[in-house]
Amino acid sequence: MIFKNATLILPEGLRRADIRTENGKIAEIAEHIDGEGCDWSGLTVFPGLIDMHVHLREPGFERKEDIESGSKAAVKGGFTQVCCMPNTNPVTDSKVVVTYILSRAKDVNLCKVRPIGAITKGQEGKELAAIGGMKAAGAVALSEDGKSVVATNLMANAMKYASDFGLICLCHCEDKSLVDGGVVNEGYYSTLTGLKGSIRAAEDIIIAREICLSESLDIPVHICHVSTYSGVQLIREAKARGVKVTAETCPHYFTLTDEVIASFDTNTKVNPPIREEKDRLAVIEGLKDGTLDCIVTDHAPHHEDDKNVEYDLAAFGISGLETSFALSYTQLVKGGALSIEELAKKMSYNPAHILNLEGGAIQVGAPADLTAVDLTEKWTIDPEEFVSKGKNTPFTGREVYGRVKYTVVDGDVKYREK
Amino acid sequence: MLKRKDILGLREMPAEEIDEILTVGMSMKKLLRQNIKKLPHLQGKSVTTLFYENSTRTRCSFELAAKYMGAHVVNISAESSSVKKGETLVDTGKTLDAMKNDIIVIRHPMGGAPALLGKTVKAHVVNAGDGMNEHPSQALLDMLTMRENFGSIEGLKVAILGDISHSRVAKSNLFGLKKLGAEVTMYAPKTLIPTGIEKMGAKVCRSREEAVEGADVVMGLRIQLERQHAGNFPSLGEYSKFYGVSEALMKYAKPTALVMHPGPVNRGVELTSGLIDGESSRIEEQVLSGIAVRMSMLFLLTKEEI
Repeated sequence: MIFKNATLILPEGLRRADIRTENGKIAEIAEHIDGEGCDWSGLTVFPGLIDMHVHLREPGFERKEDIESGSKAAVKGGFTQVCCMPNTNPVTDSKVVVTYILSRAKDVNLCKVRPIGAITKGQEGKELAAIGGMKAAGAVALSEDGKSVVATNLMANAMKYASDFGLICLCHCEDKSLVDGGVVNEGYYSTLTGLKGSIRAAEDIIIAREICLSESLDIPVHICHVSTYSGVQLIREAKARGVKVTAETCPHYFTLTDEVIASFDTNTKVNPPIREEKDRLAVIEGLKDGTLDCIVTDHAPHHEDDKNVEYDLAAFGISGLETSFALSYTQLVKGGALSIEELAKKMSYNPAHILNLEGGAIQVGAPADLTAVDLTEKWTIDPEEFVSKGKNTPFTGREVYGRVKYTVVDGDVKYREK
Repeated sequence: MLKRKDILGLREMPAEEIDEILTVGMSMKKLLRQNIKKLPHLQGKSVTTLFYENSTRTRCSFELAAKYMGAHVVNISAESSSVKKGETLVDTGKTLDAMKNDIIVIRHPMGGAPALLGKTVKAHVVNAGDGMNEHPSQALLDMLTMRENFGSIEGLKVAILGDISHSRVAKSNLFGLKKLGAEVTMYAPKTLIPTGIEKMGAKVCRSREEAVEGADVVMGLRIQLERQHAGNFPSLGEYSKFYGVSEALMKYAKPTALVMHPGPVNRGVELTSGLIDGESSRIEEQVLSGIAVRMSMLFLLTKEEI
């Protein structure tokens, strides 16, 4: 297969070239390659986007999403690889569930699905899950997603044991006792609405704990969906003194502020909560100076019934796979914070590097995972157009730039915009 | 006539509408004082009170307000636990709509529930208190009481002392009083002051004396024992000693100052018994204002343009 006349984002920079794939790999990159091909004039080609934090809901919550609908959403959003969190039912805490997810993904055959295993059995925070078994079955990381491992000694042991298998812990940072039932950020808007807020320290305290563990044990750790200015600063300081900490954030944290809760729209309910302008700006600054390594979606699809209830009862989460690229491009590149090459790093190279996944760069010999985008196309976010089962987005009606036109996985076109 | 389908709170209600509710409420109160309890304003209308939280006075007040104006009234009590296991609020709303209710008065432990119901149903929705969000009829009855006593709200200084954090009453009062030109001061233990309340126009004071200095109205808010268990203060006794309102504290207020409380009062905690039963107390007056202002709300909401 030959893709012609595109602008490629290569490790060494942007280049106008043709690209030929063979046996699922990138075989040749050249000014002009002879032969029939697909015309990609006007498109910019990213190394296949990688989202290291999604919820595909299968097994157990197929009403919200399944591996097929989630994979369709992924390739529509330009993602060639997604890493799915273990808060399934049963919890992904054994090789059986890991194997099941991989076999379903193989049947669906769209993007590469990389399971993340739970840190503890049943995500109960008591005993370690079958970490070795899950790794052998194909798990790429561990996470207690949706909560922190409460007992610090158990977390320390998890990091040590996981490192024996080359697995990193992806840490959702939340001090439950401090959150105490809070559903939004504590501040002006929580008081205005009377919705129970939680303060930044609820997130920061556990970010600090995981950094301390990483530093003491000299084991890498990854911080999930950073939302606070103070959390960004904790990570920045830790990196400066050499702690092996990496971190991610999500489009909603660099796009929205908590004024969106004033209407009680349950699509704005997400954990950690959307915070204030100084947090939003700090998250952008963190992406800019390298404190935050990756952009992930925390894709959390829900059924309409889970959201069409009182704010306190509504499920946490945003369906993000189909809006992530455009929001990131619009906010960060058009907004002047990142170059297009830096965006490619945050959405492809860095997650591949942190999790030791294939891909992440367009180069000869690498898997032919490519995302071709029309950066000039302006479009309006409409959840009715989502292929994900989860239509829960706070971005309805927002105008964004950057439309995914083709998603290529191992040389096969898995998505082509109609 | 109000230019709205629902009354969800005073945050979103313009001053003119608040003023109109108070003006009509004053007339209603005059009629009530004459013991006139058979008015035609809601004849042929149905009002349902849908309470997901215990309440005696608010529900009784809405029920009487509707009945005095000739409405059919149905009361539904839903234990808050059934919210989780039973029918969803949206489905309950659709059912009440199908029964041709004209007004649904809802109390709910969660902020925003009346807004959700309002979006769902064709009936008018009146918020009778939602979580820590708003309690508009309480604030309106407080303002009616003040207006009756002072002639106008503008320029009044109102001191609010008590559990502000968890109080929908404090917030609705703050929104309403500020819109009508009053000054609002607040005082409470730091554990019971919500973040950002100053930005909404309240002056949070450093001492209770500062809060009531020169006040026209001193309002106590109920302190619940569960706040002690949650670690917000050590004991009701200590609360009363350092944060309560006493005769000695009232000396800092204007000599004409009124004592108010939304009730039910914990005697000797928020206010001393002497103040509750004293001359400056308007606590019982507030109850009658409550029926009057709720009559006004229900009437103005359903009144049709001529």
